[in-house]
Amino acid sequence: MTQSIQDAPLIVAGRRFASRLLVGTGKYRDFEETAAAIDASAADVVTFAVRRTNLGQNPDEPNLLDAISPSRYTLLPNTAGCYTAKDAVRTCKLARELLDGHNLVKLEVLGDDKTLYPNVVETLAAAETLVNDGFDVMVYTSDDPIVAKELERRGCCAVMPLGSLIGSGNGLLNPATLALILEHAEVPVLVDAGIGTASDAALAMEMGCDGVLMNSAIAHARHPVMMAHAMRKAVEAGREAFLAERMPRRQSASPSSPFAGRING
Amino acid sequence: MRLLEICFREAAMQIQLNGEPSHFDDEPTLAQLVDSLGLSGRRIAIEVNEEIVPRSLHAQTRLRDGDSVEIVHAIGGG
Repeated sequence: MTQSIQDAPLIVAGRRFASRLLVGTGKYRDFEETAAAIDASAADVVTFAVRRTNLGQNPDEPNLLDAISPSRYTLLPNTAGCYTAKDAVRTCKLARELLDGHNLVKLEVLGDDKTLYPNVVETLAAAETLVNDGFDVMVYTSDDPIVAKELERRGCCAVMPLGSLIGSGNGLLNPATLALILEHAEVPVLVDAGIGTASDAALAMEMGCDGVLMNSAIAHARHPVMMAHAMRKAVEAGREAFLAERMPRRQSASPSSPFAGRING
Repeated sequence: MRLLEICFREAAMQIQLNGEPSHFDDEPTLAQLVDSLGLSGRRIAIEVNEEIVPRSLHAQTRLRDGDSVEIVHAIGGG
């Protein structure tokens, strides 16, 4: 009997994505490397940041959105660098204008610049304002199951707990709380932040996460394009392992080769 | 002296442009400002006094003395 390994697409706020790997565009050497890595990752959703335009410098300098075409990818503007709900909401509105009304955003409101840990009080306030203003909000948050549920209640379309600190590459530091979030969530749960290498991404997917968002793990690898491809396979492998439902753990051994018919029997 | 002061005040219009003071002889529209910065046709978004001004309104939105203007674009981020 052939078993189907057909997976359902990731659906976020009614949008369907074939890939469950979402990638950022920061920290690359140049736009050429950015584009090559994202191509190798096969990601459909690509994040970017919103910043003041450098005025009076080189107006012909290349633009990220020329390298990462909005017609090929679903762009996910973030609110990185915002420390208050007000600034995050302003940034989302600027991003919506930048992308001609596209309303899917990644909300992150940070607590301090040393840990980049989310300020959940400001995040909750911003989420509520943005949802009421018609945004589809994918929200970066701590790995607190109660906060995750509160964000879901405020209408966020995806909850994205950190695996560990942004840019740390420390992987999933608290799988137990992540499991609690997964157990109770009714919207997609994606690990955002902390992924260091392929096994971290695979583990998140094996646990049942709906997707993984990463930037530094690819961009700061010595060979970003190769790591992007590794992450693609890790997310796919982890997802399939989750769907296949792993064997039970047991304390005793169990031989794979039959005892019967041994020549010494 | 007083006349000079009045002339000076009328001639100089100052706005905050991406956090820096910027002076103009008259009150440009946003479209004129964008053009003067060499940003016409670029993928940017603009807010004036913390309110988005849609692209379709740039030509008819005139800046006033004391306005605060932010011009942003997309950059790499995670």
